[in-house]
Amino acid sequence: MSRKTLVLAIVLLIVACALPFVVSNYRTFQFTLVLVYAIALLGLNILTGYNGQISLGHGAFYALGAYCTAILMDRWGVPYWATIPVAGAVCLGAGFLFGLPALRLEGLYLALATFALGVATPQLLKYHLLEKWTGGVQGIVIMKPAPPFGLPLNPDQWLYFFTLAIAAVMFILGWNLIRGRIGRALVAIRDQHIAAEAMGIHNALYKSLAFGVSAMFTGVAGALGAVAVQFVAPDSFNIFLSIVLLVGIVVGGLASISGALYGALFIQFIPNIADEISKAAPWAIFGAFMIGFVYLMPTGVAGAVRLLTARRKAP
Amino acid sequence: MDALLHQVLAGLATGGIYASLALALVMIYQATHLVNFAQGEMAMFTTYIAWSLIEAGMPYWAAFILTVLTAFMLGVLIERLIIRPVGQAPVLAVVVVFIALLLILNSVTGWIYTYTIKTFPSPFPAQPLFGNRYLSSHELGAIGITLVVLLLLYAFFRFTPLGLAMRAAAQNPESSRLVGIRVGWMLALGWGLAAAIGSIGGMMVAPIVYLDPNMMSGVLLYAFAAALVGGIDNPMGAVIGGFLVGVLENVLGAFVIGNELKLSVALVIIIGVLLVRPSGFFGRVQVSRV
Repeated sequence: MSRKTLVLAIVLLIVACALPFVVSNYRTFQFTLVLVYAIALLGLNILTGYNGQISLGHGAFYALGAYCTAILMDRWGVPYWATIPVAGAVCLGAGFLFGLPALRLEGLYLALATFALGVATPQLLKYHLLEKWTGGVQGIVIMKPAPPFGLPLNPDQWLYFFTLAIAAVMFILGWNLIRGRIGRALVAIRDQHIAAEAMGIHNALYKSLAFGVSAMFTGVAGALGAVAVQFVAPDSFNIFLSIVLLVGIVVGGLASISGALYGALFIQFIPNIADEISKAAPWAIFGAFMIGFVYLMPTGVAGAVRLLTARRKAP
Repeated sequence: MDALLHQVLAGLATGGIYASLALALVMIYQATHLVNFAQGEMAMFTTYIAWSLIEAGMPYWAAFILTVLTAFMLGVLIERLIIRPVGQAPVLAVVVVFIALLLILNSVTGWIYTYTIKTFPSPFPAQPLFGNRYLSSHELGAIGITLVVLLLLYAFFRFTPLGLAMRAAAQNPESSRLVGIRVGWMLALGWGLAAAIGSIGGMMVAPIVYLDPNMMSGVLLYAFAAALVGGIDNPMGAVIGGFLVGVLENVLGAFVIGNELKLSVALVIIIGVLLVRPSGFFGRVQVSRV
C-alpha cells in the first residue's frame, strides 16, 4: 500500500468514527447497513470480480449467515459477537461445498445454477422440518445488543462501531488475500485458466477456495445484518437480494476493493432516491442504472475514480 | 394408482407450459449462445397485454393473436435496442443486462397493473373434454397448443427459406454473411420468435397460477431445468424436457417431498444435469480444442 492510500484509509476511518456522533440514529443504522453490504460485496467481488465466477445466488449465503446468528442467539442464547465467527465458518464450509460442483460450470451455466439457488432459498428456509429452528414463515426476532463496559453510546451507535470494527478486519483480510500469491492466482485463472494451470496453479482448488472465502465474507455480512435488523424471515432473502448484491459490485467496480464501499453506498441509498423519482417503479430505475453502468462505465465507480486521478496526475 | 395417474397427467399439462418457455430459451440460445434470464418476465408482460385486450372486450382468440404479434415486436425491439450493444461484451455484462431487463419489466408491470392478483380467462370450456376425469380441458388444451407450436416451428425451420437462413446465421455467421444473409436481422427475428413463443406459454400458465408480476420466477426456473434436461441447443429436447420436468415436479411434489420444496426440485435438476450430463439428453456434446 502506498503512503497515499494509507493516509486515505486512515482519514476514511476517522470520518467513519465521527459519523454516528453527527447524524441521527436512523442514519447511523443506515450506515451500519452500508458497512454490512460492503463486506458482502467484497466477498462477491472476490468470486466474480477477481475470479470471474458469476454468482446470482449470493443471497443464499447471506441468508445462511443471518440464520446461523439468529438461531444461535435465539435457541442457545449465544452472545451476538460469538455468533459471527460461527456464521463465517459455516458459510466457508457451505461455499466450498457449493464451489465443488460449480467447478464444472462456466460463465452462463454457473449463473444459471446460482440463479436457481437464489430463487429456491426462501422455500428452503420455510421448509417445515427446519421450522423448529428457523421459525418458518414468521422468522426469528432477536434482541438488540446493548453497549458493553458502560460505554456512553446508544445501542445504534454501539452496533455501528461493532460493525465498523469487523468491516475493517474483513477489508484488511480481503486486501491481504488479493494482493498476494492467492490473489494473483485467482486473477490468472479468470484471465487464462489454461495458462494458469500450466504455471502450476491448482485451478480446482483455487476456484472452490474462492467460492468458500467469498461465501464466508457474505455470511459474516449476513450475520451482522441480522443483528442490525434484529429480525430474519425467509422472504427477506429472495432472489432480489442476490440481484442487489450483483448490482452493487457492477456499480461499485468489478475487481476493486474500494468498489465494495461505493457499491454498498449505492445499494443502501439509491433505492431511497429512486423511490423519490418514481414511487411506483423503483426497481425499474435500479435496472436502468445497471444497463447504464454496463454501457457507459463498465469499470464502475471505482474505475471512474481511478481514471480521474490518473488524468489529474498526467497533465 | 389413480392418484398417481392424475398427478402424471396434470404434470404433463404444466410441463407443456414449461416446454413452451424452454423452447423460447432454446431459440435464443441457438441464435446467440445466451441464456435469457428475462424470458419469464417478457412472457409475463405480454400476458398482461393480453389481459388488457380481453378486459377491453376483445374476443379471446383475437387478443391471443394480437398479443403474440406484440410480443414478437417487443422481442425484436429488445434485441435491437438493448442486447445488440453488448453482443461482443464479456458474459458478466450480458448477464447483468438480462437481470436489469428482468427488473425493469417486472417493476414496470407492477407499476402499470399493480401487484394485486388477477384472474386470467381460459379459452377452453369449463367442463372436461371427452368426459375424461383426469384432465381439465384447459390442461388438455395447453398440451395441444404446445404441440402445435412445436410443429409450426419445426415446419418453419425445416421448410421455409427464412427458417433455413436463420439456422445458417446461428451456425456460421461469417459464411452466412458471405452468401447474403443479414445475420443481425436473423438474431432479432430469433428474439422476436422467442418472445412470441414465451407469450403463448404465459397465456397458457396464467389461468393456472393467476396473473401477478412475480408469477414467472418459478416457471422460469422449471423452464431452465427443462431446457437443460433436453439439451439447451435442441428444440425437440426442450419440449420433451419440459414434459419430463412437469411430471417430475408434480409427482415428487405430491408424493415424496411435499409442495413446499417444489422449487428445489428445479434446483436439484439443474445442478444434477449440469454435473452429470451438461449437454442434456438430446443436446450435442461440445468439444473444444485448447
